[in-house]
Amino acid sequence: MPIAHGIAAGMGGIRTAGDLVMRMQLSRRMRLPEAKRYVAEKLKVSSLELSDEYVMRNVRAELGIGTVTSLVGGSNGMAAKCRIAELLGIEISSVNRFKEKAGLIGLNR
Amino acid sequence: MQLMSAKGMVIKMQKEIFTRMGDGQLIKMSSAQIKEDIASGTFDAADRGKIPELTSDDQEQLYEIIADENRVVSVRHGEEVVLTDDVSYIRLNQDEGASGGIGIPISPMLSMLVHERAFAQDSAVMGATGFTGKAEFNWKLQEIETTNLLLTVPMLYVSGPNLITFYKPEGRFDNPTDLLPQGKIKEARQVQEEAAEASIEDLVWLSRHLAEVGIDCLNLDTIAAHGDTDFFVALTAVQKLKKLVPEMAIEMGMASEFVMGMHGQITFNGKRLAGMYPHEQLKIAEEAGVDIFGPVINVNRSRSFPWNLSRVVTFIKYTSEVSNIPIHPNVGVAVCGVPMCSVPPIDCVSRVAKALAQIGKADGL
Repeated sequence: MPIAHGIAAGMGGIRTAGDLVMRMQLSRRMRLPEAKRYVAEKLKVSSLELSDEYVMRNVRAELGIGTVTSLVGGSNGMAAKCRIAELLGIEISSVNRFKEKAGLIGLNR
Repeated sequence: MQLMSAKGMVIKMQKEIFTRMGDGQLIKMSSAQIKEDIASGTFDAADRGKIPELTSDDQEQLYEIIADENRVVSVRHGEEVVLTDDVSYIRLNQDEGASGGIGIPISPMLSMLVHERAFAQDSAVMGATGFTGKAEFNWKLQEIETTNLLLTVPMLYVSGPNLITFYKPEGRFDNPTDLLPQGKIKEARQVQEEAAEASIEDLVWLSRHLAEVGIDCLNLDTIAAHGDTDFFVALTAVQKLKKLVPEMAIEMGMASEFVMGMHGQITFNGKRLAGMYPHEQLKIAEEAGVDIFGPVINVNRSRSFPWNLSRVVTFIKYTSEVSNIPIHPNVGVAVCGVPMCSVPPIDCVSRVAKALAQIGKADGL
């Protein structure tokens, strides 16, 4: 059923920019149109392109914010989230905890 | 082609459209029957919720979605929404009873990575499988930390008041459903208030630990399943958590469209909780500090899918109009128009998603 909802109306997670729009709803309570506008501006793409796999695959790879297909040496997981927090200008709790434990706090915050 | 009646009158052939009943059974309806059920469904929702009916344009758009000849339908480019859920950690490894689990022996962590990368979801959720008490919760916290190192999408954790487990025979409090039939109204209210205090304490304890390991969002799910006291527990816990751990977002998904009055008199911020419909539930959730609200509309198995979906869109459209926060209507089995059957037909699921995104103006599902 999640696949059916995703095909019918979903943004597509890390195939596109769904996770980034989701983060703006969680961190700033942004309604959908505002969240899309915010993320599009940060990524320097249009709101329409946020759900376009053709555009977003390359944008994500270039920015190091995680791609749905595995890339040797590419960023996913915590490495991608560190960049996402910086790119969107938001706090991500797991990123902050990771940086504290790794002694990186203050370098990129 | 024209058919003639016995009296020589022209009979217009009405196109028959595949649709379903609320229990998932495939049926055929004429376009007139579908339009009649859409009108009847929106009237029912408006009447119950004291909210506006769908406009004639909305009803026509909903008809076009339902009557589309394609089995699977979708939104137009740019209309996509984001998705949250409550079962990604058990969808693959558990059984049908656990929200449609498919029985593949795989860990919750791997299930969530599949959810992120193969199912292309916008978030993934962990939950309490294997956790039987506070003493063992360290194992779950370690699992969360490890999973969060690998996930890119936001990580949610699903929980809720689960008040029923506080009552006998499972819990330590007398069961109000035993007391109420005996006419012990005062005692039933008293015991619910005592159980509520214990449940709030547990939820706050759990959530503080979740915040310490960097969970992005607490997903309070199936709220008010045990009525107004259950709703009160969730609202009070949110209010406390927003002061204690403001960095953790909170999504609140409801259990049904109407808050049952198991207590009947319990209030939050001076407002009686029993009897609230989705747009009223939303406003009190906003006051408590909820970040994303998940309204639920019940499904009537004996009515058609068009009738059910019309009710759903009527409630959701109005809830979205009055909302200041994102809303993610719950679209699992037997809620918000998805038929009440073990394997929901994809034609209905896709129509629900499209209708809620386009007409309901949902921010997510």
